[in-house]
Amino acid sequence: MIVDRKPLSFWERMYLPSIWGGLKITSKHFYNTVFKGQTGGNTLSKGYYPETKWDVAEGYRGAPYLVKDQDGATKCVSCQLCEFVCPPKAIKITPPGADSQSADRKNAEKMPREFEINMLRCIFCGFCQEVCPEEAIFLQKDYSLTGLARGEMIFNKEKLLSLGGTSGGIQKWKHKLEEAKEQEVFPVETK
Amino acid sequence: MSNAATTEAKPAAPAPPPVEKIKIKVDGREVEVPKMLPNWQGKLEATTMLQAVQIAGGEVPHYCYHPKLPVAGNCRMCLVEFGTPMMGPDRKPVFNEDGSPKIAKSVLPYEPSTPRGAIACATPISPGMEIYPNSSATKQMREAVLESLLINHPLDCPICDQAGECKLQEYSVQHGQAGSNFVEAKVHKPKAVDLGPRIVLDDERCVLCTRCIRFTKDIAGDDALGIVNRGSYNTIAAFPGAKFDNNYTLNTVDLCPVGALTSKDFRFQMRVWFLKETKSLCTSCGTGCNTVIGSREGKVYRYEPRQNDAVNSTWMCDSGRLNYKWIGREDRLQDVLVRGQKSTWASALKEISEKLSKAASGSVAVIASARQTTEELYLLKKLATKLGALTDSVARMGEADKLLVAADKNPNSNGARLTGIAGAELGSAISKIADGIHSGAIKTLVVFGDDVTKAGISADLLAKLETLIVSDILPNATTKAAHYVLPGCAHAEKRGTFVNVKGRLQKFTKAVEPKGDARPEWEFLHELVHNVTGQNGFISIEGLFNQMAKEVPGFAGIEWAQVDDQGVNTIS
Repeated sequence: MIVDRKPLSFWERMYLPSIWGGLKITSKHFYNTVFKGQTGGNTLSKGYYPETKWDVAEGYRGAPYLVKDQDGATKCVSCQLCEFVCPPKAIKITPPGADSQSADRKNAEKMPREFEINMLRCIFCGFCQEVCPEEAIFLQKDYSLTGLARGEMIFNKEKLLSLGGTSGGIQKWKHKLEEAKEQEVFPVETK
Repeated sequence: MSNAATTEAKPAAPAPPPVEKIKIKVDGREVEVPKMLPNWQGKLEATTMLQAVQIAGGEVPHYCYHPKLPVAGNCRMCLVEFGTPMMGPDRKPVFNEDGSPKIAKSVLPYEPSTPRGAIACATPISPGMEIYPNSSATKQMREAVLESLLINHPLDCPICDQAGECKLQEYSVQHGQAGSNFVEAKVHKPKAVDLGPRIVLDDERCVLCTRCIRFTKDIAGDDALGIVNRGSYNTIAAFPGAKFDNNYTLNTVDLCPVGALTSKDFRFQMRVWFLKETKSLCTSCGTGCNTVIGSREGKVYRYEPRQNDAVNSTWMCDSGRLNYKWIGREDRLQDVLVRGQKSTWASALKEISEKLSKAASGSVAVIASARQTTEELYLLKKLATKLGALTDSVARMGEADKLLVAADKNPNSNGARLTGIAGAELGSAISKIADGIHSGAIKTLVVFGDDVTKAGISADLLAKLETLIVSDILPNATTKAAHYVLPGCAHAEKRGTFVNVKGRLQKFTKAVEPKGDARPEWEFLHELVHNVTGQNGFISIEGLFNQMAKEVPGFAGIEWAQVDDQGVNTIS
């Protein structure tokens, strides 16, 4: 498409009126800031970004973090489905192995030894949340992740759990244990 | 489909003598199948519907049936609808109007509209029989059986090691239904039971197919397992006082179609869908069991047996299966060392080549290892012939058992014999080499893959040598004494062939990358042979093998391409 360049009108060709118009806006802001103490943010309803954080909408896909259940236990059982489904391979899980600590929940038997998400690789697609059979990982509202080194952007299990907070749920392993105890059978006890 | 025996064994190879064939129909398609087929012991038995469907190219889902185990017929998963030619009151076949035989479908005795299935694994075929493995009645039977199997199944796939190679998962997706009619609380059974030194049992997951019981009783010859309690409380257990600790227990983990029996060694190590499967061989003894190496990102996680009816059927021993951890050991030799100093391949090989080229005939001896590949032994023999060197390799003998374990603990003793590195008796020339070093006649010793201080050449003798060239994988007393250390590769890190105790030539492929500067021995041996003898060889394993097979009489000109996954017989 060819857009015709309109010839400038007389006043536009004069140049100075535009300079004057710009200076008028600048001096208005100058006056408001210096003499009235108003910042640009205050004049808008929500404010400007770094001082006033954006109100994140429900369903927004921010950074994925691990969550704990209502008893404060790790929900992840190290099934590694999120690691498998992750398109940019941002997730790396170290399974517990037979001889390491068992899960901090009774009956769940398993918990990751280490769980790392490389936030530089993460594309916030939400596949990990969707695939998780334990509802242990959620895309939360953090959208501004910064760090001074690449290593800082690899979040480990401890960091992910502390950022993730708590998310309740059905606690199926606990219920299984209760059901089993009612039947007078005692499944695996944590060592 | 993967190669591991876990997934499924193929039906036994048809018997060579011609057997009578009969015509049947599978899903309306006429096929001719042998009347008799070898059973799990290789004896001829009437062909079953399951085998007939497999021959026709179809598949009947099953849990308890395994071609290498006696038929139990208890899981009911292989139920199929079928029909046989109708007979009139005069015992003569009844025909349709178009002349085709009339088929009487199997139905319930007093309910002729309801099809009555039969278990395909244990029902013999008869002439004119029609099998319907994909009819809607068959599908309904499968759905019902799966629903029953899942009544008390805990569905703890997220924490179950079998997830990803679980027949219950696979069949539920293929043949099952999403919901269940059962609302009752599930029966809970013991979890994480310590069944033996290498096995963990989860009774809730068990589908009671009894494959493990039959294997340990009929194959391993150790009647250790049984079912206790009744009804919903049926559980697999070891007999009181008896331990499930024979040398073949881990085969039950492969056999278990669900996650009831899991390996302690592999427990919670890695999810199976991440594992790259590489066809390989077990190196723990001369049997040469065919294996599948499961590895991820350069780490070996497990060995599993691979079916080869000429060698190991579908089994392997526990000791061989668990003998993989040394591959990833931290103290692996990773650097080329010249008199203890880190060096490079280029300069070390140059120095060694110059030394060997100048060495007087007979002043060099070579002690190779029968754990090396046939190609490497062939290259070493070439080098030794040029130098007029004495050669031998170290014998490693142990105890044999009745099933798979051989007394010869070297995987390639016959390879050493065939290539001429060793005589009929391995290690018989080592004392001669020791004498030669003692008298000063032998000034240079080349050692591959063995600690010779444990095989008759003491550290004092090694100290007398002018040059000691050693290639190995792990450090030992010999590598410590060496002037040149050349880091080699485990079999999982290279390609090559072994000749097992029965003379079967088998090849294996590379699963993981070697560590550090380590290189496959045949690669740098090829360079050495070229530098010392002046002969140019092949720089691919295929070409090298073909060259060897042409030159060494024992191989009778076999070509690499002829050696398939099952191997070929060489010597008789």
